[in-house]
Amino acid sequence: MIIDHPILGPRDAQEFVYLGDASLMNRPDGLSDGIGAFHDYLYNRANPVGEHRELWYHEQGDRSWLVVTRNTLTHEITKVELARDVARASGRSR
Amino acid sequence: MADRLNALTSLGHSDPVTREIGPYRIVERFDIALASIACRRGRDKDFSKAAKGMVPLPDPAGSTQGAPYSSFWVAPDMWFVEAPFATNEDIAEELKRLFGDSASVTEQTDGWARFDLFAPDLAPLLERLCNVDFPHVEDGFASRTLVEHIGCYLIRRRQGEVTLYGPRSSAKSLLHAIETAAASVL
Amino acid sequence: MSRSHRIAGGQIDRTSTIRFSFDGLPYTGHPGDTLASALLANGVRLMGRSFKYHRPRGPLSAGSEEPNALVQLRTGARQEPNSRATVAELFDGLTATSQNAWPSLRLDAMALNDRLSTFFAAGFYYKTFMWPAAFWEKVYEPMIRRAAGLGRLTREEDPDSYDKGFLHCDLLVIGAGPAGLMAALTAGRAGARVILADEDFRMGGRLNSERFEIGGQPGADWAAGAVAELAQLPTVRLMSRTTVIGAFDHGIYGAVERVSDHLPEPPPGKPRQTLWRIYSRRAILAGGATERPIAFENNDRPGIMLAGSLRAYANRWAVAAGDRVAIFTNNEDGLRTATDLHAKGVDVVAVIDARADGPLLPGIRHLRGAEVIDTRGRLGLTSITIRQANGRTETLRASALGVSGGWNPNVNISSHHRARPVWDEAILSFVPGKAGPPGLSAAGAAAGRLSTHGALASGQTEALAALADLGRASRAQPLPEAEDAPVSITPKWYVAGGKGRAWIDPQNDVTVKDVKLAHQENFTSVEHLKRYTTLGMATDQGKTGNVLGLAIMAGLTGRTIPETGTTIYRPPYTPVAMGTLAGRSRGKEFKPTRLTPSHAWAEEQGAVFVEVGQWLRTQWIPRPGETHWRESVDREVLATRRSVGICDVTTLGKIDIQGTDAGAFLDRVYANTFSTLPVGKCRYGLMLREDGIVFDDGTTARLGEHEYVMTTTTANAVAVFRHLEFCRQVLWPGMDVQLISTTEAWAQFSVAGPNARRLLERIVDQDISDAAFPYLAAGNITVGGLRARLFRISFSGELAYEIAVPARYGDALIRRLVEEGRTFDAVVYGTEALGVMRVEKGHVAGNELNGQSTALNMGLGKMVSRKKDSIGMVLSGREGMMDPGGYRLVGVKPVAPDGKLTAGSHFLDIGAAAVMENDGGWLTSKVYSPHLGSDIALGYLKAGDRRIGERMRAVNLLAGTDTEVEIVSPHFFDPEGERLRG
Repeated sequence: MIIDHPILGPRDAQEFVYLGDASLMNRPDGLSDGIGAFHDYLYNRANPVGEHRELWYHEQGDRSWLVVTRNTLTHEITKVELARDVARASGRSR
Repeated sequence: MADRLNALTSLGHSDPVTREIGPYRIVERFDIALASIACRRGRDKDFSKAAKGMVPLPDPAGSTQGAPYSSFWVAPDMWFVEAPFATNEDIAEELKRLFGDSASVTEQTDGWARFDLFAPDLAPLLERLCNVDFPHVEDGFASRTLVEHIGCYLIRRRQGEVTLYGPRSSAKSLLHAIETAAASVL
Repeated sequence: MSRSHRIAGGQIDRTSTIRFSFDGLPYTGHPGDTLASALLANGVRLMGRSFKYHRPRGPLSAGSEEPNALVQLRTGARQEPNSRATVAELFDGLTATSQNAWPSLRLDAMALNDRLSTFFAAGFYYKTFMWPAAFWEKVYEPMIRRAAGLGRLTREEDPDSYDKGFLHCDLLVIGAGPAGLMAALTAGRAGARVILADEDFRMGGRLNSERFEIGGQPGADWAAGAVAELAQLPTVRLMSRTTVIGAFDHGIYGAVERVSDHLPEPPPGKPRQTLWRIYSRRAILAGGATERPIAFENNDRPGIMLAGSLRAYANRWAVAAGDRVAIFTNNEDGLRTATDLHAKGVDVVAVIDARADGPLLPGIRHLRGAEVIDTRGRLGLTSITIRQANGRTETLRASALGVSGGWNPNVNISSHHRARPVWDEAILSFVPGKAGPPGLSAAGAAAGRLSTHGALASGQTEALAALADLGRASRAQPLPEAEDAPVSITPKWYVAGGKGRAWIDPQNDVTVKDVKLAHQENFTSVEHLKRYTTLGMATDQGKTGNVLGLAIMAGLTGRTIPETGTTIYRPPYTPVAMGTLAGRSRGKEFKPTRLTPSHAWAEEQGAVFVEVGQWLRTQWIPRPGETHWRESVDREVLATRRSVGICDVTTLGKIDIQGTDAGAFLDRVYANTFSTLPVGKCRYGLMLREDGIVFDDGTTARLGEHEYVMTTTTANAVAVFRHLEFCRQVLWPGMDVQLISTTEAWAQFSVAGPNARRLLERIVDQDISDAAFPYLAAGNITVGGLRARLFRISFSGELAYEIAVPARYGDALIRRLVEEGRTFDAVVYGTEALGVMRVEKGHVAGNELNGQSTALNMGLGKMVSRKKDSIGMVLSGREGMMDPGGYRLVGVKPVAPDGKLTAGSHFLDIGAAAVMENDGGWLTSKVYSPHLGSDIALGYLKAGDRRIGERMRAVNLLAGTDTEVEIVSPHFFDPEGERLRG
């Protein structure tokens, strides 16, 4: 596969490491949220046929974590974003 | 104070090696000091100001030659800075002074083995080593890439000259990969 | 040797002679020949035996679709089984032998199978060998294994090397026939970066095998001219002998270039083959079409081949495959063979044309509405029996029969993304479906455009479309004149009515009867048909037989062919040698080797090394007279504990962590707290996964207000770094933290033992007394004026330091440490002694950090701070993980001092049976402790913290050990830690 890196352009997916569902960025707060919230966060994922947002890491590249929107059926990639930007936009900070 | 320790190249010799294989010249470099600089969060202005006129900050996938500092982009807000070892052995300390607390600076000199490759046409060699579209990219192109499972930085200095930085501990494996590919092209 | 079957013309170089041998007999051929063409020229038709029935076989085709003429090529370690004689390029000294035949190709004992064919029908595996069950392993399987399979592996190491490489282009053109050449010309002239790949050694495709003219010149000459022009275009790369084997995602194609297969052996340094990964923006499949046979009784004899191949042997290789030739066809193209051979003076005895009408060939006996019903000739065709339209049968003497059942477009690559080919009634074949790999389009015969003009026109059209996609406008050019004959074909899949066998898939010996049997037993879907009969499952992937098989099934079920459907193809297009896929990654070069800074020194000492990931680490260093590894390890341990030992710990991951939030960041990623660590100190850190399982551990030092250096385990260095980047970029993107690995930059040595400080005082420039540099101190120092780092940390339980210098000085430092250490009888120890000392001290390592264990399991539960949020903190508090009866780290020693422990043993109560229900846990790490004089071990025992002092058994059924043990504290050695603070 080819992932069109937002900074570096098209790069071979061989350079990346796959993590999983992009929902993994929505980590609950360990001090205010309980086991239930973390359980959902870590284990409950949709497993869609079709469009899927997922986290890829450019390990043999610039070490950016990316959110890749990929069709799990066709492998068509329709969107690639820097995970940092997505996280910030969703209000994650520190 | 005890005697100074002797330095060895990444290949384990006192002096760097040069290999000639057909049109290809592989030159180990042991005269370059290296450090990483990373702009601290929210300190872009101070960082750029400190760098100005001293340390080039090329765009992503780029490199810029300068004196004494050259640099190439490695990651968002992060560059590797090169300088002659003879004059800038303490490159990390120099850069820390230059950037103050606007940057995180890390000594990288001995993290890497460097091989410069020369030939009128390097494409046939590089297409056997990595997935970089060498004939297509411009001079100054810099990118991390995989060479026989070894994570390297490749810098296209110009048509006939390329720098490969590979992890120091894998220097022998990296040189072997380059030599093997060169022999294979012949 | 029979007389030469060479005729006039052809693309062979008669000025040069090549000598080769087949089954020990010498023959000659010419440059331009394949093994098959040269053997045919020498009158050799019998080239192999079939898979199941050991039927004598000769070439069916003249290309890569060949199912029959499979030979073992070369000798010795280079011998390769299942080589297709039809594409093996002849070279001087080539040696080939037949396979699947014993004692000889002409007299094959296993041909008995042919007489027993009733037992070997489709599904015979499932039926015949079912009973009794015990027979399967002892009788049937060994028997089948001996009998089955075609060639034999040499079992010697492949002496050749293989390359891998990467190519980039705007347009990849697969196949260099008229369509591919025209596509490449169109795109290349427009300045696009083009790769034109063709599996043949001569570009031109069918043009080399036909007598068609293009633009008034012979097609082969036009092709040569096109190739010459392409070679001059700066952006075009011509790759002959290169098979595109598969379409992968997003325009990536795999291609195998046979760099040296046409030579006796690869030139020095050169690979035998190169596997190219081609990145293309657009691709055109111009892979041509493959002719298919018609099934009739005994249609598999040597001398019976595809009509187009018979023609190719005559036109391209100047070989008449027989002196009396007949043609059996259901379409117009079959007539071309008759015409061409006739024109070359070959005796064409008859054309048996399944079509009832149409013009008759002049000067040739042309029988319309006729069919071939049987053949004769044990080792090669001698006669055919035909039935004419009026029902009259007749036997004709013939030594070659060309059969044409129509042409199948080579849709293979277009279906690699699961696109179903679609049926084209006009040519009675499948053409590429619409949902093929994005960016790939088909042209020429591969797209069902079977005329030369159609190929040229569609090649140009598809190239123009590709150029438009690439943003390069270009206009159509006038095409050279070429034939544009329409396809005239009548459905004729098999000749009905006979009692004998009619082959569909000759390589796997699948016959019409097998298809009928599959139908009878209700395996009627194409996927079942394939698996039940093994149709198309041989090395040729059924290139000639598949459509035939499913057309026959369609007829049996009363469905149309589109209703019946077709199986699709997977990569590779043709078989690929394993070595090609491995590339240079084999043997010692399977992966890169990482060497520690002390490697050269250790090698001089005769050290034994161990692979730890890519690293080579010193395992122990034997001294003269030591004959058993334990002697060396015991000595290294005792010497360290007695005085001082040195160990290279460079391989541990080192991550530089800086930024104003570095401390807060570490608090999040470690279970324990680091923001409170004073500058100049270090601390042991425990890193959890989010699920609460321990991920990694190591010491992290604070070198400045906003500067830490983290140590990871050797194995997890990369994974931890990736995880930290995830935390930094994705979870807490607002934090001011910068990360970079410095693992390689520093040579780091552990110096441990009562005399560690005294030794280091001779090395470093600073005061490192206990007052100046207390336990867990960390900081920058100098060594002979050079910058260095010192950490007072201990893995062995001894007074210990880790000293780091820039890697270039590592060799000098180990030598200096050894030199200065002579005064103290210092020893350099390896990973084994390191392991012994850490077990003696009760430190966890890889065996305990097994991806299943919590901090609580390890006895480190208190390290998980509940006052702050950190990865894994919440879920490590889950009920099951807090179970007081759960596993706890314990020490284990045998009750009898000479009792043997084995790692992996399970804890059982004394008297309990060795069954799962009684399992109490297991021994994770076992060493011999020279300090205690016995085996000792660490283990996870249920409620182990409450069972200290109890006696149990450590049972290992695999190792056959059953030892009475005492459960003890994991801290075997200096439990109060007095020594490390000394």
